[in-house]
Amino acid sequence: MATGQLFSRTTQALFYNYKQLPIQRMLDFDFLCGRETPSVAGIINPGAEGFQKLFFGQEEIAIPVHSTIEAACAAHPTADVFINFASFRSAAASSISALKQPTIRVVAIIAEGVPESDTKQLIAYARANNKVVIGPATVGGIQAGAFKIGDTAGTIDNIIQCKLYRPGSVGFVSKSGGMSNELYNTIARVTDGIYEGIAIGGDVFPGSTLSDHVLRFNNIPQVKMIVVLGELGGRDEYSLVEALKQGKVTKPVVAWVSGTCARLFKSEVQFGHAGAKSGGELESAQAKNQALRDAGAVVPTSYEAFEIVIKETFEKLVEEGKITPVKEVTPPQIPEDLNTAIKSGKVRAPTHIISTISDDRGEEPCYAGVPMSSIVEQGYGVGDVISLLWFKRSLPRYCTQFIEICIMLCADHGPCVSGAHNTIVTARAGKDLVSSLVSGLLTIGPRFGGAIDDAARYFKDAYDRGLTPYEFVESMKKKGIRVPGIGHRIKRGDNRDKRVELLQEFARTHFPSVRYMEYAVQVETYTLSKANNLVLNVDGAIGSLFLDLLAGSGLFTKQEIDEIVEIGYLNGLFVLARSIGLIGHTFDQKRLKQPLYRHPWEDVLYTK
Amino acid sequence: MARKKIREYDSKRLLKEHFKRISGYELPIKSAQVTESTDFNELAEKEPWLSSSKLVVKPDMLFGKRGKSGLVALNLDFAQVAIFVKERLGKEVEMSGCKGPITTFIVEPFIPHNEEFYLNIVSDRLGCSISFSECGGIEIEENWDKVKTIFVPTGVPFTSEVCAPLVATLPLEIKAEIDGFIKVVFTLFQDLDFTFLEMNPFTLVNGKPYPLDMRGELDDTAAFKNFKKWGNIEFPLPFGRVMNTTESFIHGLDEKTSASLKFTVLNPKGRIWTMVAGGGASVIYADTVGDLGFANELGNYAEYSGAPNEEEVLQYARVVIDCATADPDGRKRALVVGGGIANFTDVAATFNGIIRALKEKESKLKAARMHIYVRRGGPNYQRGLAKMRTLGEEIGIPIEVYGPEATMTGICKEAIQCITAAA
Repeated sequence: MATGQLFSRTTQALFYNYKQLPIQRMLDFDFLCGRETPSVAGIINPGAEGFQKLFFGQEEIAIPVHSTIEAACAAHPTADVFINFASFRSAAASSISALKQPTIRVVAIIAEGVPESDTKQLIAYARANNKVVIGPATVGGIQAGAFKIGDTAGTIDNIIQCKLYRPGSVGFVSKSGGMSNELYNTIARVTDGIYEGIAIGGDVFPGSTLSDHVLRFNNIPQVKMIVVLGELGGRDEYSLVEALKQGKVTKPVVAWVSGTCARLFKSEVQFGHAGAKSGGELESAQAKNQALRDAGAVVPTSYEAFEIVIKETFEKLVEEGKITPVKEVTPPQIPEDLNTAIKSGKVRAPTHIISTISDDRGEEPCYAGVPMSSIVEQGYGVGDVISLLWFKRSLPRYCTQFIEICIMLCADHGPCVSGAHNTIVTARAGKDLVSSLVSGLLTIGPRFGGAIDDAARYFKDAYDRGLTPYEFVESMKKKGIRVPGIGHRIKRGDNRDKRVELLQEFARTHFPSVRYMEYAVQVETYTLSKANNLVLNVDGAIGSLFLDLLAGSGLFTKQEIDEIVEIGYLNGLFVLARSIGLIGHTFDQKRLKQPLYRHPWEDVLYTK
Repeated sequence: MARKKIREYDSKRLLKEHFKRISGYELPIKSAQVTESTDFNELAEKEPWLSSSKLVVKPDMLFGKRGKSGLVALNLDFAQVAIFVKERLGKEVEMSGCKGPITTFIVEPFIPHNEEFYLNIVSDRLGCSISFSECGGIEIEENWDKVKTIFVPTGVPFTSEVCAPLVATLPLEIKAEIDGFIKVVFTLFQDLDFTFLEMNPFTLVNGKPYPLDMRGELDDTAAFKNFKKWGNIEFPLPFGRVMNTTESFIHGLDEKTSASLKFTVLNPKGRIWTMVAGGGASVIYADTVGDLGFANELGNYAEYSGAPNEEEVLQYARVVIDCATADPDGRKRALVVGGGIANFTDVAATFNGIIRALKEKESKLKAARMHIYVRRGGPNYQRGLAKMRTLGEEIGIPIEVYGPEATMTGICKEAIQCITAAA
């Protein structure tokens, strides 16, 4: 273990497992201290390479990202601190490989829950190779005005409040990371501030111990007094007692061991930190406080009095002339992040996107305000989901059932229609699912699949204007437009389309009104008088019945209905439905391992 | 979290299973577990040796000194074991100051024996210490000078040479056997992430080691590596730790989330209740109430940390408030909503859950004459504190609110003043 300073104003670290916030906090601290180089030299993100953009003051900088520890160490030979944000599962393995790099001197492990046996391997290796491990289960540590590990000391406001941007005279070490921040504040209030603070972590066997750091602080000339916050459980504080008794620590030590409340518990108790467990009498807070007091440390009677004895000890040093007054500096202002500023209500920024149908910000995604779990629990179907996401409201069961029937009817129409054909050709060209699907979808338009929308538009227009079927059909003829939704390649007046009959029967049974459909039937009666194949086809049936659904449900205003028809919702229904078939054709071709399609010469008329 | 005691039954199960995997030799250990839900006929069918051999029965409750306390019965048949268990199951006993019911027994074949050996392995910071004695058993403490201990530093292979000081004085005919046994047990100790293992005693049956009594502790943070090896392991609560319904509710909540939620009732009639953020700070708040001389008024220990979400904090705070406001007696009470200066937890966000719970429980809080003391710092603390102040005005409950400018435990003193002030 190193015997003096671990960090300086030029210390650089490698950061394992990219986390934007802690790195940004380190860089903000650097800027606050007036460091010229950022304290993070490189990032290691297993399996990724490139750069990460972060702020250094007002400027953005690009920090290199490496995929392996070895590569990062080779690229940044002067970076000697390794900050490990890996999970408890992988923290030990990455830490041992970092310790094995000749350029790495200090490894800080943030994860809580690293197995004891793994940490012991790290301790053994670090001892044998004169390296330092801080943690696991820690927030890290800080050398004021020089270098900060990850999230240590919290927000910029707090760092300024605690004057951590410039060195003071107090060396501080604790087990708890949360409490270290509290003590930076306390110490700044009653002394000239922190020189260095380390949280060793709450595990049973931390990588470095309270006494390791106290002894190190004793060797740092700028540190004039040492503050220690221990905890019940374990025997680490006794190494400090020994060091004090042997006169190895020459600077004043103010110490408190928390956990006096353990005796209030009737049985053995495990507090929040793994190491904080009531054991034998020796491991109790009371015994440790007494032993430290007997060995010459300043120990208060309760935590509440800790601040007072820190103050008294510091003032005594001042009186003895042992403290050189700190030169106060004003740290530069750190530009606030937009997000923080917005959160605190200081600035506002326009949004660039507006969305009204779904929200994924809460506990679970919502469709038009209905949480996903209710959709599943209440047995909603695809039709209900479509009503929520397309129409932003729950429609009655008969409506959603009708939507589902439409989707089923339109899902596929064989391999020969242009959409399916395109999909098949694309799939056979070896393209992926999405390419095959969209090549089919791209054929949908005025000639293929567009009839439902048009049928609805024209039927609605004619009916709403009160045109008789005769006037309607003849006016279309005059304009040279075929009536959409009328006419079939095979079906005849005496051989109706079964699908149309089913739809009509469903609507007659369930819809409150079918006036648009009745109108379409009247139109059909007229067209049939002109030619036997001019039957109402499935597009016309869906188009007219959808108008009845919208108008008859009473859930849509006239304006909304106009808009729905205008935007082309019904085309959406066809696109959605036919995607099912097109995906099926793609899978079918892939399963059949069909080779590249080539159209035969014989089937092409080559001509001038 | 961390070192957890396991039952003797599980210690022996792991020993038997993995001794065989590591050494190829199967220890002839037989043991059966008996709890409230055990059907004795079914058990006898599954473990036929129970009906054919003389048996030993004892509580398997993580406490020692069972022999000395008269809780071990020897040389019984299975029917007698059933009677022994029936008479004691669910009965409360007191062991070294902890009271609790006996819920689990272990039943094993009765092994008449002469030799009693002692073996103990403890994981330590720089390695493991292994202790051994040929004078083990109930009198081990009286014979402590005969216990030999070696320390095996981390990473050093455990050879016969290293083991030699432990077995040096053993008679030649058993030395090799015990040397081999200790080596396998040590390998198993490391392989299964034991942190503590003790056999007191183990004996020799037909010249082969046989543990009669065994204790074990596993490092539960290593569970992710040992899922298969440990099998269906149980980590019982420490003996005497009986959870009431509110405590088990929070315990259940704690097990479901990645955050940490702890709640222990210390004195249901206490008048100072705490709800503190942070593993380190929560202990210090409880300490301070005690160190200032009011341990007897401290209602509970409570900790939340690791960024629980609003819903979790809400459920947690409800339970704390329900306990704190139970059975109003006309005298003032204090609720300490404390915490240090957070490094990265969003204070306003966690306070939302507490505020919602306080609002819900307005009438209960008033009935209990509750005074609330808040202290917290960290990201977004100004907003969190402002919301708390507004809440006080809104529901008309006295709330004192402090930020990082105040000392952390100053509100403990205020809480004490509140409950001790006249009327």
